[in-house]
Amino acid sequence: MRLALAAATLLRHRTRTLLAVLGVAVSAALLLDMVMLAGGMRESFRDLLLVRGYQLRLSPKGTLPFDSDATMERAAALLAAVRADPRIVAVSPILGGQLHVLGAAPDGGESGPAATAFAMGLDARVQGDYELVRGRHAVAGAELVASPAFLRATGARVGDTLDVAAGFDPQLRQYAGRRRAVVVGEGRFFYTPGEQPVAALPLATLQAMRGEEGRDRLSLVMARVADGADVEQVRAELQRRVPRVSAISTATALAQVEQRLSYFRQLAFILGAISLAIGFLLVTTLVTVSVNERVGEIAVLRAIGVSRAHVVQQIVLEGSALSLAGAALGLALGLVTARYLNAILGDFPGLPAAFAFFVFRPIDAWRALGLLVLSGVLAGVYPSWRAASLPIATTLREEAVG
Amino acid sequence: MTPQELADAVGVVDGAGRRGAPPLIRVAGVERDYRMGEETVHALRGVSFDVAAGEWLAVVGPSGCGKSTLLNLLGAVDRPSRGTVRIAGEDVGAMDDRAATSFRLRRVGFVFQRFYLMPMLTARENVELPMAEAGVGRAERQARARELLAYVGLAPRERHRPAQLSGGEQQRVAIARALANRPALLLADEPTGELDARTGAEIIDLLGRLHAEGTTILVVTHDETLAQAGGRRIHMRDGLVERDDK
Repeated sequence: MRLALAAATLLRHRTRTLLAVLGVAVSAALLLDMVMLAGGMRESFRDLLLVRGYQLRLSPKGTLPFDSDATMERAAALLAAVRADPRIVAVSPILGGQLHVLGAAPDGGESGPAATAFAMGLDARVQGDYELVRGRHAVAGAELVASPAFLRATGARVGDTLDVAAGFDPQLRQYAGRRRAVVVGEGRFFYTPGEQPVAALPLATLQAMRGEEGRDRLSLVMARVADGADVEQVRAELQRRVPRVSAISTATALAQVEQRLSYFRQLAFILGAISLAIGFLLVTTLVTVSVNERVGEIAVLRAIGVSRAHVVQQIVLEGSALSLAGAALGLALGLVTARYLNAILGDFPGLPAAFAFFVFRPIDAWRALGLLVLSGVLAGVYPSWRAASLPIATTLREEAVG
Repeated sequence: MTPQELADAVGVVDGAGRRGAPPLIRVAGVERDYRMGEETVHALRGVSFDVAAGEWLAVVGPSGCGKSTLLNLLGAVDRPSRGTVRIAGEDVGAMDDRAATSFRLRRVGFVFQRFYLMPMLTARENVELPMAEAGVGRAERQARARELLAYVGLAPRERHRPAQLSGGEQQRVAIARALANRPALLLADEPTGELDARTGAEIIDLLGRLHAEGTTILVVTHDETLAQAGGRRIHMRDGLVERDDK
């Protein structure tokens, strides 16, 4: 009966209730987005790092992966040292570099690069940098898998042959490491910005194309540790055995990212708290106004024997119902806005294509819902206390006069 | 269903068997003071009277003489500053909030001048409200609400909301609500005050029927017709009982 009474009371002023629900929904949407943002970037980065299950990364000493053009020499010895650890079950070596796609001049001569792309030399069997969308992997010789941006920039399609080079000597005005490479596939690259042209070639091919700069060199080694093994322990031992490189685990990388993203988290926390406060004040105001309008009815309820506790329950129920309805609508709205914001922020230069700012996790939705319902319950406390404390006789007398 | 069967079904209190019994209401030396800013208003200055079970008593007097204050004390929505109000042997003024609430729910039925029905509930739901509060099961309270609405002549209107009912019909729903938990005492504050003469007469007839079936009724009124309909009148003036026409 109390539930029916609370619902009937809210439906009595439909427009006002609807506006309040919409207000709470906007507040809930913002709260959910902030909760998603607070943990989303970290989760997204973590997912990105672990997309192919590689928990360890070895990069040139003092650098993060692909932070600079530096490479690690004596690559074969480095790989042997990594593979010597029985807890490491897979190793993916990568060499980075530039790839010039050469265009043809009208007279048949060279007209300069049609596009310059980021090249990754890797072992297609163990690579963890892209996902094949079309075609096949580049496994040997002059083959490459291109990103959509690469294909757009060069106008090439899968199956086309391109004139490519790994270097350019500005003094001699000559390209080095030239090959006629076949585009054998299209891939979605995880760690490079969506707008950047990228091509993946067999590691040996790119090493050969780079000449002395690429011989027995690597930019990054990714390693997958067996299930059950202590990744941090493996990392520490590897670092001890190969001190000339930086060994980074996913946890270490995440800690560094967390440090860099702390401003975002603080911002998300503050905006989330503000949206929660706005929702709380909105519900409190509406329920207080509603109680003020109904003091006569409430006094009558008390006069006919309705207990204080039940008056409190009914008013808290009204506040909670408003919050719950607003929260349910707001969660849907929050997911839509998060998707939209992700699309906008995804175009931010330099961000990996697979990186997301807002990541939905059910726990976030439950957390936001819980906070909102709690705020709805608390929002009903003051007006319900006021209603339950009404002096019945005085209120009835004033209502009769009024 | 005959009128008597209907009366039995709604459970009006049979006053016939209480003749000679101790009074249902005993008001002794009751005073009620209010603070209004710096001043103290003496709304009641020492009121005493008894009411037997099954009696119909009208309290009359000019505005501000203390009639409604007296009614509030009898209904346990207010407490006397001095003196005692006993109903069925219970000292109403000494009750804490919980006991007073329970007393109002189960022992007293209130009828107000302005009906005060819950506007968003139907007639039947309004009648069910005190029963729901008393913990009566849904099926039982729906059945009893229908019986009560039939008793006050509103069976076909049970699904109507107050705004869809006339003033007289609303007051009859309010009376049905007041009878929901089979109270020993029906308190009515100007029950015909908002009604025209014809509709007021219908309400007086209904109260008369309830009284005839044994319900103790105490009305506060300016309505001379209503005041004369009862068997006894208490005249009040300046917070005192001026005359008791038994």
